[in-house]
Amino acid sequence: MELIIALLIGTLAGSGVWLLLRPRTFQVIIGLSLLSYAVNLFIFVMGWVRGGRPPFVEPGAVVDFSRFADPLPQALVLTAIVISFATTALLLVVLLAARGLTGTDHVDGVESDE
Amino acid sequence: MSWSAHLPILPIVLPLAAGALMLLLDERRGRLKAAISLVALALLLIAAVALLQLADRPLAPVYALGSWPAPFGIVLVADRLAAAMVLLGGLLGLAATVFSLARWQRAGPRFHALLQFLLMGLNGAFLTGDLFNLFVFFELLLAASYGLALHGSGTARVRSGLHYIVINLAASLLFLIGVSLIYGVTGTLNLAHLAQRIPLVAAEDRVLVEIGAAVLAIAFLVKSGMWPLGFWLPSTYAAASPPAAALFAILTKVGFYAVLRLWLLLFGGGVGAELLYLGGMATLAFGAIGMLASQDLGRLAGHSLLVSSGTLLAAISRGDGAVTAAALFYLVASTLGIAAFFLLIELVQRARAPGADVLAVTAEAFGLADEDTEPEERPGPVIPAAMALLGLSFLCCALIIASLPPLPSFIAKFGLLAAVLGPQPVSAPTWALIALLTLAGLAAVIAMGRAGVQIFWAAEGRSTPRVRVIEIAPVAGLLALCVVLTVAAGPVMRYLHDAALALHAPQTYIESVLSRP
Repeated sequence: MELIIALLIGTLAGSGVWLLLRPRTFQVIIGLSLLSYAVNLFIFVMGWVRGGRPPFVEPGAVVDFSRFADPLPQALVLTAIVISFATTALLLVVLLAARGLTGTDHVDGVESDE
Repeated sequence: MSWSAHLPILPIVLPLAAGALMLLLDERRGRLKAAISLVALALLLIAAVALLQLADRPLAPVYALGSWPAPFGIVLVADRLAAAMVLLGGLLGLAATVFSLARWQRAGPRFHALLQFLLMGLNGAFLTGDLFNLFVFFELLLAASYGLALHGSGTARVRSGLHYIVINLAASLLFLIGVSLIYGVTGTLNLAHLAQRIPLVAAEDRVLVEIGAAVLAIAFLVKSGMWPLGFWLPSTYAAASPPAAALFAILTKVGFYAVLRLWLLLFGGGVGAELLYLGGMATLAFGAIGMLASQDLGRLAGHSLLVSSGTLLAAISRGDGAVTAAALFYLVASTLGIAAFFLLIELVQRARAPGADVLAVTAEAFGLADEDTEPEERPGPVIPAAMALLGLSFLCCALIIASLPPLPSFIAKFGLLAAVLGPQPVSAPTWALIALLTLAGLAAVIAMGRAGVQIFWAAEGRSTPRVRVIEIAPVAGLLALCVVLTVAAGPVMRYLHDAALALHAPQTYIESVLSRP
């Protein structure tokens, strides 16, 4: 389980970094999205990967902390998802504006071979 | 709880309320928005001054959000440094807002609301005592700064804004990786609690904490523009509208502030000091060369920000309270001076006829000559003897950026040199730092002198600019503050010295957060 998730995060992050270094704005935005998926998964597994453990404590039950998942990384992931969603949407608008103003989708606003 | 116990939350709530209120108002209510902005800023400044007085005691005031006790809830810690930074941010916000009233507020929508949200994020980042909360406030201030960087639109702004946003998004992802690594090992995000737990981490896990801290540091150093992470800075700041750029002068200092606080609190300033020193020196050299090479005033100001960042990073890497105190004084002085310079640039650019010389060509290359992006100028009172006033302000900015007497950055640099020369014998890295600081000052004198001669003395194609009182007032106000800093250098230096000593003795910080009743 750990190995699968680690490979998954590595693949997502690797693809994200490669796309981030590409010259087209669309590739950059997809790269950032993939990277943010990788980071979100990474935060999530920082609370350990274990199945069948809810992050709640039932009222009245005897509390044994080894039987519960850590709720904090889940809260962090939620915040991180919301923030990266909002900033990606903002970047998309800027990307469209740059395409309209410069007439190209190169990140520098000019084609490199010109 | 008495009223003053709620004071630490006010610098966050006030701009949030003002910004949210302005979002509800129609774009045509410009006057009302300006009034709300100014009232909110005035209240913010009053709160910041009150906070400054409240913070000036051994145990920092701590505000527990929702009254949840410290390691579980989120706390705000208003220690001396945080309070001073909040006041500095508020002053820059006021200067930028007043300056924008002349014309820039009409160059695009939601200028005042974005500025308030930026101040909210800024104050939150300074005050928070929680690592993840720091991330949230960083994102808030960055999101607002994306909007402000693009304010006024135009090809140059959108192009450099795109770079700015992508770089900062990537840095934010690094921030998250660092935070989650540290949380994964220590199981806490409260800064004071982290400071207690990190020394107790088992030796085999310690490397993970240090990797996490290093990744975090990269995220902060991207923001503070350390070489080789700061190439985005000069073009973005040169392209931003003047009031936004003036406020951005403090954004680089947020990264520096985070590095200073976390490094001293969590690691006691030991790990990674050489890297900070080398990075600071490289930034200093790069900024100084960049200043000499800049033809455009905006890029000159951007590179002077890099010089200031480099000086600060190299200074704190010494891990010495007296040096840090002088560095903090330098931070305040240089931020005020560079912000005034960013505002001044636009005013002196008006004196130049387009196409008069090579500077105008550069300006066109960077899109500053885009006439369609410039908002309409409204008729209003125009001050006489504009050139003389602008020249005087330019001279003051040059003195501050080059750290020459009698303005406060000279006192700061003098204090810095005196403090690094304190421990005998003086080592080779110290001599290198002193040499580079002096050379950077020389480079600043040459660059600013050359720019001044071209603007004020080379007469060809020059016209007397129309400068309005409301535009020159914030510049004059910021420079007057610098003069006040020179006159009142004693008490200010005493305050910042206490702030620096508190940073170097994190035990009091931990105690004030964790041992609350």
